[in-house]
Amino acid sequence: MAAAQKNLALREPVWVQWLLTTVALAFLVLFLVIPLITVFYEAFRQGLGVYWAAITEPDAQSAIRLTLLTVAIAVPINTLFGIAAAWAITKHRFRGKQFLTTLIDLPFAVSPIVAGLIYLLLYGAQGWWGGWLIENDLRVVFAVPGIVLVIMFGTLPFVARELIPHMQEQGTDFEEAAVSLGASGLQTFFKVTLPAIKWSLLYGIILCNARAMGEFGAVTVVSGNIRGETNTMPLHVEVLYNEYQLAAAFAVASLLAGLALVTIVLKTLIEWKTERDRRLDEISFQAHYEASLQAQKQDPRP
Amino acid sequence: MSIAVRNVKKTFGSFHALDDLSLDIDSGELVALLGPSGCGKTTLLRIIAGLEQADSGQVLFEGEDATDIHVRKRQVGFVFQHYALFRHMTVFENVAFGLKVRPRAVRPSKAEIAERVHELLNLVQLDWLADRMPNQLSGGQRQRIALARALAVEPKVLLLDEPFGALDAKVRMELRRWLRRLHDELHVTSVFVTHDQEEAMEVSDRVVVMNRGRIEQLGAPAEIYDHPANPFVYEFIGQVNKLAGRISNGAVEFGGIRANLGIPDLADAESVITYVRPHEIDVRPGQEAAEGWLPATVETSSVAGPTLRLDTRLTATGEEVHVEIRRGHAEHDSLRQGDVVQLKPLNPRVFAPPSAA
Amino acid sequence: MSTAVLPTRAPWGILPRRRQRSALPGFGLTLGFTLSYLGFIVLLPIIALFIKAMELSLSEIWDIATEPRAMASYRLSFGGSFIAASINMVFGLIVAWVLVRYQFPGKKLIDALVDLPFALPTAVAGIALTGLYASTGWIGQYFEPFGIRIAYTQIGVIIALTFIGLPFVVRIVQPVLQDLEAEVEEAAASLGASRWQTFARVLFPALLPALLTGFALAFARAVGEFGSVIFIAGNIPFDTEITPLLIFIKLEQYDFTGAAALGAVMLVAAFVLLLVINMLQAWASTRSRRA
Repeated sequence: MAAAQKNLALREPVWVQWLLTTVALAFLVLFLVIPLITVFYEAFRQGLGVYWAAITEPDAQSAIRLTLLTVAIAVPINTLFGIAAAWAITKHRFRGKQFLTTLIDLPFAVSPIVAGLIYLLLYGAQGWWGGWLIENDLRVVFAVPGIVLVIMFGTLPFVARELIPHMQEQGTDFEEAAVSLGASGLQTFFKVTLPAIKWSLLYGIILCNARAMGEFGAVTVVSGNIRGETNTMPLHVEVLYNEYQLAAAFAVASLLAGLALVTIVLKTLIEWKTERDRRLDEISFQAHYEASLQAQKQDPRP
Repeated sequence: MSIAVRNVKKTFGSFHALDDLSLDIDSGELVALLGPSGCGKTTLLRIIAGLEQADSGQVLFEGEDATDIHVRKRQVGFVFQHYALFRHMTVFENVAFGLKVRPRAVRPSKAEIAERVHELLNLVQLDWLADRMPNQLSGGQRQRIALARALAVEPKVLLLDEPFGALDAKVRMELRRWLRRLHDELHVTSVFVTHDQEEAMEVSDRVVVMNRGRIEQLGAPAEIYDHPANPFVYEFIGQVNKLAGRISNGAVEFGGIRANLGIPDLADAESVITYVRPHEIDVRPGQEAAEGWLPATVETSSVAGPTLRLDTRLTATGEEVHVEIRRGHAEHDSLRQGDVVQLKPLNPRVFAPPSAA
Repeated sequence: MSTAVLPTRAPWGILPRRRQRSALPGFGLTLGFTLSYLGFIVLLPIIALFIKAMELSLSEIWDIATEPRAMASYRLSFGGSFIAASINMVFGLIVAWVLVRYQFPGKKLIDALVDLPFALPTAVAGIALTGLYASTGWIGQYFEPFGIRIAYTQIGVIIALTFIGLPFVVRIVQPVLQDLEAEVEEAAASLGASRWQTFARVLFPALLPALLTGFALAFARAVGEFGSVIFIAGNIPFDTEITPLLIFIKLEQYDFTGAAALGAVMLVAAFVLLLVINMLQAWASTRSRRA
């Protein structure tokens, strides 16, 4: 786009361009770049030894293990949910579709604290099922299941929200073509739908994963902060920070920040790839168009 | 295989896409569903395919009820308007898809699949493109690959949704002639949807003219053009002049001028509309009135190839009448603005004006 | 997930139209799973909250929801979110404009980095911002001599809320700006409009629905935010205590009904915001279709 702005009539004076670019960059540097650098700077300030010790001490290790465990449960389930919801919503017609889409968005608008609260009220000792859970010696809140549940709640929209617009745009022609050629439902999904949506699906999963690992407020409410047992990585960061172990806190935080960076890099790669594919589609169609007019005449007739 | 559609109804919300529609298609026929957009032609095609379910009514294949047979088992070949070629598969893989997804027990061997695919690619004259990706093909090539893919499963019926709709005018012409030849070779019962009357006329054995979820007329192309059943078909197919008038004593009156148009058994009516094609009007220069001729004034005269086009205005009613005659007669070629002529409708039809609905 | 028990027909309430089964398979299975999962994970706990809140009479809920400490927290949560979303609307528009229209080195890197607040855990953002804006921090130290404190004040809260809402306006305005046809601007220029007039009268109205949608999303996200704020806020009642924190404090004091009452207020606010966002998005999409 910007390259196409050669038209003088559509250009701002140079000083305006400079001003706007400077303002935008200053804003982004102030709010994004510097905080990001801070995390890594503080993490490594006292040397690699301190860093290494901070992320290998038993409590940190157990927080990392718990985080990976919760993510290993929550992300696949939300991925399945996202695929199922997107399939139902984009490949079928039914009433209430808009309402359903809004419902999927709901966890996004709910405060993490409220998310934790509602689970506490349902599964806690005073909650609806609290009595039954205690009788059967099942612990949900202040234990791993509660953490997994609130993370599932908080990251529920991400895969679905990535897939729905993309699958909507593709319509149902490809699937209908596959089915009319005799493909079964699973064959249609794995051979036709999945290859077409794989990049948005991948990004949805990555984003869901990043958010799941970083979930803080809701986990704070239901975890009970039992050190070495129910602390996830973000909670461990908080504990260290409140104990003024800044280097250690930032060391663990830097792992999460690294994950965020990986997420962004992958997103960018995926965007470049899909953008390139789309442009390739358009360009080659143009290029082959003229040739095809010729080819139609020169086709060897059998 | 013959197709029969029996009393099919389909609504989308409050919109009646198909309104108690019945249709018979003979085995081996090539039939066009023609109509303006929103007339229900694509819905009908999709119901025949099993991609859409009718609210009520039946679809019979060779006399057997296929209404509840899933599209997967219906053995129809469906060609989509935008081809729906699988983008991540090569041309070969696209055509082979229908064979490869068969249950293991009835799936042909790899070699058989390859042979069949190359056979089909030869049939559509694109074997040399087997290893290309769909995005490396032109529109016309994509459409032919889509057709080959549909034919791979040996469908009993071939259904095409606006097959040439997305193509350039020139490619379109070549491709529809090619489709006609291909059909003559294969003789598989085929139905295609189009909104282009020329396309329907040129390619099909029979044309089904549809409007508002109903069939307006069904017949061979020439029959439809020469004998439109009603005002809608008259207006939808080809050009037509509409002249308002009334009928008394077997003759039509246009603003006080009576003309016996030679139509037998005209009942008296206060308000009728006479339909007459531009090229079915005789022109005689001069003021001299005669029985069956209507005086008019020439407004413009223009030349289009071998045809002379006259835009005239009827003296009696002030209505515009377009006339097309062959050039080469000095008395016609010399007509200029303001000249008075006499017009004689040949082969006119009289209909009651369409009701407000 | 046992697929056998899931209904093969659509459950009540979201019925497919009569005999309008799609030719594509899996409707009952996927919709059944979607609804069961949503019901279990989202609806059931939310209903539990409202029922818990119902243990109180309406006037009791009103009293809890409007007690001075709660009111002060709303002022900060909603007011601070409004300011933060406004900042994001202004700077987000500039960032989107610069990223779409101008070329400069490192643009792709900067563009990618805009998503950071989506991906960075809020607790990490919280400690990083606190470290920066504390009176000894890289940025805070320059304000200290002027007697301006940022961390542990309401300004700090607004900074955290700005950070977490930053991507929304940029990411929603960007594609709209990209799709604007140059012809429209050329038309305006050919009719004699100055560059500024073209922006104010042609471009800005076209961007407005997207801007407001981005604003609403940033606002909605900020109102409920917890992790990034509690580190930088100082959490002093009546001053720098946000509503989610007040709920958390009530929970720590085992005041479940009080927490539920405030939670219900926040949930209703979330519903209303979602509704507004939906309407804005519908408006934005009709606007772009008309163009």
